[in-house]
Amino acid sequence: MKVNKISDCLWEIPKTEKEGMLVPARIYASDTLLEHMDKGVFEQITNVACLPGIQKYALCMPDGHWGYGFPIGGVAAFDTKDGIISPGGIGFDINCGMRLMTTNLKVDEVKPRLRELVNELFRAVPAGVGAKGSLKVSVSQLKEIMERGADWCIENGYGWPHDREKIEERGHIPGADPSKVSEKAISRGINQLGTLGSGNHYLEIQLVTIENIFDEKVANIFGIREQNQIVIMVHCGSRGFGHQVATDYLRVFDKAMKKYGMTVRDRELACAPFKSPEGSDYYKAMLCAANSAFANRQIITHRIRESFSKVFDTDAEKLGIEIVYDVAHNIARVEKYKINGKEKEVLVHRKGSTRSFGPGSKELPEIYKDVGQPVIVGGSMQTGSYLLAGTEKAMEETFGSTMHGAGRTMSRSAARKKARGDQLLKAMDKDGILVKTASMSGLAEEAGIAYKDISEVVETMDKLGITKKVVKLKPIGNIKG
Amino acid sequence: MEEYIFLDDIATADVAIESRGDTLEELFSASAMATFEVMADTSGIQLKIKKVLHLENSEIDGLLFDWLAEIIYLKDAEYMLFGKYDIKITKNSNYQLDAEILGEEINQSKHDLRCDVKAITFHLFEVYEKDGKWISRFILDI
Repeated sequence: MKVNKISDCLWEIPKTEKEGMLVPARIYASDTLLEHMDKGVFEQITNVACLPGIQKYALCMPDGHWGYGFPIGGVAAFDTKDGIISPGGIGFDINCGMRLMTTNLKVDEVKPRLRELVNELFRAVPAGVGAKGSLKVSVSQLKEIMERGADWCIENGYGWPHDREKIEERGHIPGADPSKVSEKAISRGINQLGTLGSGNHYLEIQLVTIENIFDEKVANIFGIREQNQIVIMVHCGSRGFGHQVATDYLRVFDKAMKKYGMTVRDRELACAPFKSPEGSDYYKAMLCAANSAFANRQIITHRIRESFSKVFDTDAEKLGIEIVYDVAHNIARVEKYKINGKEKEVLVHRKGSTRSFGPGSKELPEIYKDVGQPVIVGGSMQTGSYLLAGTEKAMEETFGSTMHGAGRTMSRSAARKKARGDQLLKAMDKDGILVKTASMSGLAEEAGIAYKDISEVVETMDKLGITKKVVKLKPIGNIKG
Repeated sequence: MEEYIFLDDIATADVAIESRGDTLEELFSASAMATFEVMADTSGIQLKIKKVLHLENSEIDGLLFDWLAEIIYLKDAEYMLFGKYDIKITKNSNYQLDAEILGEEINQSKHDLRCDVKAITFHLFEVYEKDGKWISRFILDI
């Protein structure tokens, strides 16, 4: 497949490369990242370029790797009038996302209590296969959560009123309709609120060091004010509830394709016109899952505050456990962009891609208006994560999107062959990272060697001006699902 | 004979599986075993609880998708791990599956648990018969 270099870190596959491509595909990557990118990415991103209503380019972020349907790291915007919506462009874990919280604790205060803290967090935030959440809700309460997301949590005592300001769309996206959600999705998800999940999901205690602050002014606005400050990062999504919503509608779309005379190159890209009954129903159900994911991370935040408060015998308010931001990286959102000189409403699919809105965006809370949206990029548990800021250039080039993580480079079984959970645990302990996991083999699959170099991934988008580096965060404690 | 292998070179972040059987029933059983082997050491699952399932689909690949989606659903909705599958598949106007599946409730302190499976995907999904064997390839979202 022909991949042309457009500029440093930007590549394009022309639409003549595959029959049916409506737009070119663009990949953001350094030379090294491109060279090592899964071959599946090139197939998958050009498949996306064939989907009806796609605008400008099918995009792949530098953490891109072989997924199902879209590549992970895939971004595509479809005209809301005559374009499609596809569950395979969002992922089964609807509104899988990141939340970052500050504390006013310093590393010296946390280190002596770290084991106690990690144990307490592991107890308070259930993780792994078969984990049950401690919050019991009725079906009608779950339906309220589907519509009101983090708002429901805050009103019911699981959060502080100002928390909502620091969550994408204030923690509840309008338009969710619980009547579009199956009973199966409800029974699958009703006992999982406040649970972390498994795979690459985690809760991490992280450290800010002075050499890792790249933009002091913006860091300060984001609440990162001191060296040796401790912050907390959470990576999780909508759990079984979202997985079931996606499964249900994948089947619906698989059948609806015939009705609309549509074909796709990968069955997982099954789609329907956004304005069709099927498309509209899925969008409303998908928003239910998205809101429940905001609620899930909100409940986890509450448990984190309780845990810190218990271990340090101090109110969470006094410990300064404030949300920096909460942002989805598996979602489709209706947004407006300038396309061919005209403002156009599009449905932006982000699958393993973070929204990266620039300064001045009306969606941002007042305090971030001048500096852009905080972008939280979760790395592997061994190498650390990044806090970045969205830019105007992202609005112009990538539909306000950027990478979501380091990106896997090795399959899970290959990682298991190279790393052993117990040895990894010891090695990380030696490196100053205390890990508690629900699964030793699951831990091995998440070894740092299974991922791309996160700094190179982040650097790629920094160089291009899509997101600007603010702070790198080093893990010291990790709860692994 | 029921058998399955994990395919290393497909779908980096997820798990790709090829399963085989002399009959459709064996294929479905092997596919289910592989799915739960991703999530736990299935040799430690006791066969204490029985669930009865009935599924129908006009296509055999659709039926396999439904089957795997159903057991993944039961894993979360009823906190179950399964270790044995007695399956009967018949074909009238539709393919019909009747199964008794046996397992036990997940116990995090007892079972050797691995990675959770979120869903069965349609990516590179196929079911076919070759040289008297039923073969499928499927990818689980992790």
